[in-house]
Amino acid sequence: MSEFRMPSLGADMEAGTLVEWLKKPGDRVAPGDVVAVVETQKGAIEIEIFEGGIIERLIAKVGETLPVGSPLAIIAGSQPSSVPQAGQTAPEVEPERPAPPPVETVTETAATAQRGIRASPAARKLAADHHVDLEALTGSGPEGAIVYVDVENWLHAAARQPASPPGTSPPPPARRGREAMREAIGATMARAKREIPHYYLQHTFEFDRALDWLSRTNAALGPDRRLVPGTLLVKALALACREFADFNGYWRDGHFEASQSVNVGTAIAIPGGGLVAPAIMEADRLELPAVMERLRDLVNRVRAGRYRGSELTGATVTLSSLGERSVEGLWPIINPPQVAIVGAGTPVERPWIRDGRVVPAATLMLTLAADHRVSDGHRGARFLAAIAAKLQEPEKL
Amino acid sequence: MTRDELRRILLDELGRLAPEVDLASLDEQSDLREALELDSISFLNFMTVLDKRLGVVVPEADYPMLYSLSGALDYLERHLSDRRS
Amino acid sequence: MSGTATYRDAVRAGIRDALIRDPRCFLMGEDVGRYGGCYAVSKGLLDEFGPERIRDTPLSESGFVGAGIGAALGGMRPIVEVMTVNFSLLCLDQILNNAATIRHMSGGQFSIPVVIRMASGAGRQLAAQHSHSLEVWYAHIPGIRVLAPATLEDAQGMLWTAIVDPDPVVIFENVMLYNMTGSLPAEVRPVDIDKAAIRRAGTDLSIVTYGGSLWKCMAAAAALAEAGIDAEVIDLRTLRPLDDETIMASVRRTRRALLVDEGWRSGSLAAEIMARIVEQCFWSLDAPLARVCSEEVPIPYPKHLEDAALPQVSAIVEAARRIMGAR
Repeated sequence: MSEFRMPSLGADMEAGTLVEWLKKPGDRVAPGDVVAVVETQKGAIEIEIFEGGIIERLIAKVGETLPVGSPLAIIAGSQPSSVPQAGQTAPEVEPERPAPPPVETVTETAATAQRGIRASPAARKLAADHHVDLEALTGSGPEGAIVYVDVENWLHAAARQPASPPGTSPPPPARRGREAMREAIGATMARAKREIPHYYLQHTFEFDRALDWLSRTNAALGPDRRLVPGTLLVKALALACREFADFNGYWRDGHFEASQSVNVGTAIAIPGGGLVAPAIMEADRLELPAVMERLRDLVNRVRAGRYRGSELTGATVTLSSLGERSVEGLWPIINPPQVAIVGAGTPVERPWIRDGRVVPAATLMLTLAADHRVSDGHRGARFLAAIAAKLQEPEKL
Repeated sequence: MTRDELRRILLDELGRLAPEVDLASLDEQSDLREALELDSISFLNFMTVLDKRLGVVVPEADYPMLYSLSGALDYLERHLSDRRS
Repeated sequence: MSGTATYRDAVRAGIRDALIRDPRCFLMGEDVGRYGGCYAVSKGLLDEFGPERIRDTPLSESGFVGAGIGAALGGMRPIVEVMTVNFSLLCLDQILNNAATIRHMSGGQFSIPVVIRMASGAGRQLAAQHSHSLEVWYAHIPGIRVLAPATLEDAQGMLWTAIVDPDPVVIFENVMLYNMTGSLPAEVRPVDIDKAAIRRAGTDLSIVTYGGSLWKCMAAAAALAEAGIDAEVIDLRTLRPLDDETIMASVRRTRRALLVDEGWRSGSLAAEIMARIVEQCFWSLDAPLARVCSEEVPIPYPKHLEDAALPQVSAIVEAARRIMGAR
């Protein structure tokens, strides 16, 4: 018998509002099952359970706002878990041992936060870098310890989560989180503008080759397999990040930590207002159709109001693309703790000089906002040019 | 299939794509992408359901003809009747 | 010399080369002349180079190692052979208190370019007074360099590099390697004595070892490969100073490390390397570090007990599987 509690879905979360129960008393649950939807400042988030058993009783009522750690339901027949639930108070001090000495501060990592879990240092580091909750994982290492590959597999699985076909999910919860979301965006952006010494660069170039290649490719495909231009942008950015590691990672505790994987956050507008930038994990390793599949999945789920906490915190760099029917350019603000964001405007037809002649051409304006604590404009210009160059050869993406 | 039946199918699908929009007040001439806040991927989803549900594959070049509800109805009627004849 | 040769031949070729290259070089030690060396390394050298340069010494390690240090101080390039590392304890005073300190105590005015070779290791049923592996005792001493050639090429090539080094160098030759065969290049080529070598590249775990244990680790790695575990094998080559860079780069790649060392477990070289890995690679580690060392007993005489006391291929395989999560 144990309690299922309100999880912490980010360091800044203090409370959440229960929007919907997806399980009822008597239902059997397995670790990883989504059991409820909770509204937070980041929107409605599906919350998972990390132990198995039968739901005996629901404690929290829909509509209640409860602090992190509050009991939500009673689970019967559960394996008594030695692992503390996120948000639960620290486990009882082991009787025979005095309280452990303070752990050396190495950022806010799993080592301190998830003391009761058996996980290797490498797994903890990877999990901390990607904000993965180790409780969600099953270990395959010595004595069942969570090892590096377990976290890696989890990240891959998270990146592959199947799309719910458009329309099949229930209607989104009431939009009363909108104000909270506006507040959260405001707070984050104000912090970014206050703390990050942004520098900006702009580059406009011919986009005909990419668009022509897309038309030719899509002509042979059914609508469900066609690619949108954003796919090319995500992949080109991801590949450029491999060569320019100083734009891909986090600024933390006064220094830059480059990320091993390239997880491209893609800014997606929420109809009616608001915005989220969930990540496409390891976008540099995905083929274009896979990028498209991920993009479509994210857009569909953002639209349906269904995305998971892990998706919102995994990005190592962000792309903000205006799509095909907007304005020419944007000057985005970096999403901390990231250190760079690339903006893509709407492709514009304009007179262009090619080989000494004025010709009509589709052009794209790319912008870069990057963190001066990590890189300089000269380097940023090369990064931006590298993305543009990749877009000139879409067949190689 | 009558135009009304077709309209009902389209509204049904659009309702799934944009559940937060009140379709009862949708102007048939207005740009769906504006009215329903459809981005390029959501519009592509719309094209995908037309293929799945009605068997009409819309080439990219024809997209502009389906930007409004009335335009979409015209286009689909034409293609569904072509197929019968 | 080319084609099939033994490790013993390789050491001899290195000594010959040094004697030919530099008239200041000479070899001295117990039974190195008329008897040809207790492990037959110097067989034939007396005839070739004469008693001035191949010198038999009395059974007095402290005396002749001290003489070698004095000769080096006086401008010679002596190669001193000590029969086994166990006996070297009689001259540890000379090595630690003189050879390793004189540069420091003279403010850099004097250097001691002596090379001291000694056999170490067990496996030949020579019992507890002739079988130990005390490399770590020497690797503990600042002021000397410690080498452990495990291949024919290193056995031959390290000697000249050691002679050129202006400071004392101790070279350990594992007794089980002398009969190992391989091919030698026709010409003696000096090799570097700064870097560890990756003898087998792998992705799953790093097995770090040196000397006679290298070949056990290579055999273990081959067995592990059949079980789907891809081990990297690092031959330290130089025991002091340790090549941290190569070790850490490998461990960061594989995230797991197994140390194999014929020394006793407590205070072993394996222990030192484990400490360094934890200091430098903690956040890359994916499993507890492990080591396979000798049992903490005087090395026994009976064959089955001697085998049981030493690191063996099966124990290395088992330890590797354990840190891999017994896949």
